[in-house]
Amino acid sequence: MTPNLPPVMTEATFVLVLVLLLVAPLALAGVALINTGLGRSRSAAQSLLGNLAIVAVTAIAFALVGATIAGTAGGAGHTFHLAGRPWNWLGAGPLFLRGLAAAPAQAQLGLLFEFLAVALAALIPWGSGADRVRLTAGCAVAAVMAAIVFPLLAHWVWDGGWLAQLGVTFSLGSGFQDPAGAAVVHVLGGLSALVVVWIAGPRKGKFPQGGFATAMPGHNAVYILFGCLLALAGWLAFNVAGAVLWMHAPLAALPVTAVNTLLSASGAVAATFAVTRIRFGKPDASLCANGWLAGLVASSATAGIVTPVQGLMIGLIAGVLTPLLVEVLELAVSIDDPSGAIAVHGAGGLWGLIAAGALAPQAGQLVAQLVGIAALLGLALPLLYLLFWLVNRVVPLRVDPDGERIGMDLHELGGGAYPEFVIHRDDSYR
Amino acid sequence: MKFAGLLVMPAGFFLAIAALVLFPASNAAARGAFVLCGLAVEALGLVVAVRGHMEAQGKSRP
Repeated sequence: MTPNLPPVMTEATFVLVLVLLLVAPLALAGVALINTGLGRSRSAAQSLLGNLAIVAVTAIAFALVGATIAGTAGGAGHTFHLAGRPWNWLGAGPLFLRGLAAAPAQAQLGLLFEFLAVALAALIPWGSGADRVRLTAGCAVAAVMAAIVFPLLAHWVWDGGWLAQLGVTFSLGSGFQDPAGAAVVHVLGGLSALVVVWIAGPRKGKFPQGGFATAMPGHNAVYILFGCLLALAGWLAFNVAGAVLWMHAPLAALPVTAVNTLLSASGAVAATFAVTRIRFGKPDASLCANGWLAGLVASSATAGIVTPVQGLMIGLIAGVLTPLLVEVLELAVSIDDPSGAIAVHGAGGLWGLIAAGALAPQAGQLVAQLVGIAALLGLALPLLYLLFWLVNRVVPLRVDPDGERIGMDLHELGGGAYPEFVIHRDDSYR
Repeated sequence: MKFAGLLVMPAGFFLAIAALVLFPASNAAARGAFVLCGLAVEALGLVVAVRGHMEAQGKSRP
């Protein structure tokens, strides 16, 4: 089958997308700060070093293996035929980024986008494993994500794979639409977080026998909330760059994409503020941060597609669902997810993908989105479990009990993040 | 039980794919309903996996 070639990019568009992608790492910085702030003070240095190490590991793993599997839009791919239709399931990019400098502008920028996206995806489970997942294990999980799972999904969704081609092969709208990574980055990150939490187990003392879950609040609300502001800048860049790269949006449509991103986050944080105030009498800072992020995550799927009012409504719904889901996962399902990533990135991303399908003008778009979600839940989640289970056999995810007791900083790094401050004793260890 | 749930989930995915292959584009309602059935099977698998997790959690609480 002839690859579906993207339109030729003008010089002005190339420069714009390049500049946006140079700003996009602010999203990584924001998520890193949020991950660290939501953990405990005695694990802060290990957490932030882990974020840095994961960005490095994903870059190397994606360059060595992942980029070949992902391929490029309009590039070669491995295809089989079923029911008379082609199924492009695996990319066939050059090994070790050979010939990158001579590749078309779209392919080069697409690859840079994917380098940043895979780092963001791999930071998400690291936040969920805070205070008990070892640094080497976190890096191993990130390497597996960057080398195998992310490239597979990126090829299917962005680089001309079977999900992107659903519109051509099965007349389902424009095919699966995910312009800024709601599926490839956030749902993947949320599912990875779920698997990491399943395998690593809860923090010691989190779920006492016969009692309620112990509250273990994040140690630094300033990190968390400033991280949200940094994330906004990065998300604006991701969403606008993604709209140009993967939806070929015209320059005139880009300001609306940025406005939708802001409105979605604003609606979400306003809704979470209201929900937590009604439920607890006062707004909850960390849940409001979760709501803000969930609005941004939902906008990753919808910002380039919907109107500003629709963007606001999508954010409002994400902001209502997120704090409730965080509570359900912790209290009813016994899942210890310090960063709330499963609700924020997993559920927020799924909500954005469904909303993008429901609000799209093309017939069959919603079914295309649902097929994409089916692929994420039905293939990606079991694959992630299998791979992380294997990783856990080789590099155990969880630190030993003594390491958890004294804190990850002392245990893994030999020194704390705040050496001049007295760290209070933790009552859960009495 | 967790593994059983995780094994059910790919079955739901193949059900969704079967919907695309079996029903023509003109029969959008049947196709959509079949895809939703696939997602329902996946949701069932997820619920079983989560319940398996909760049981294991209950046993291992200190």
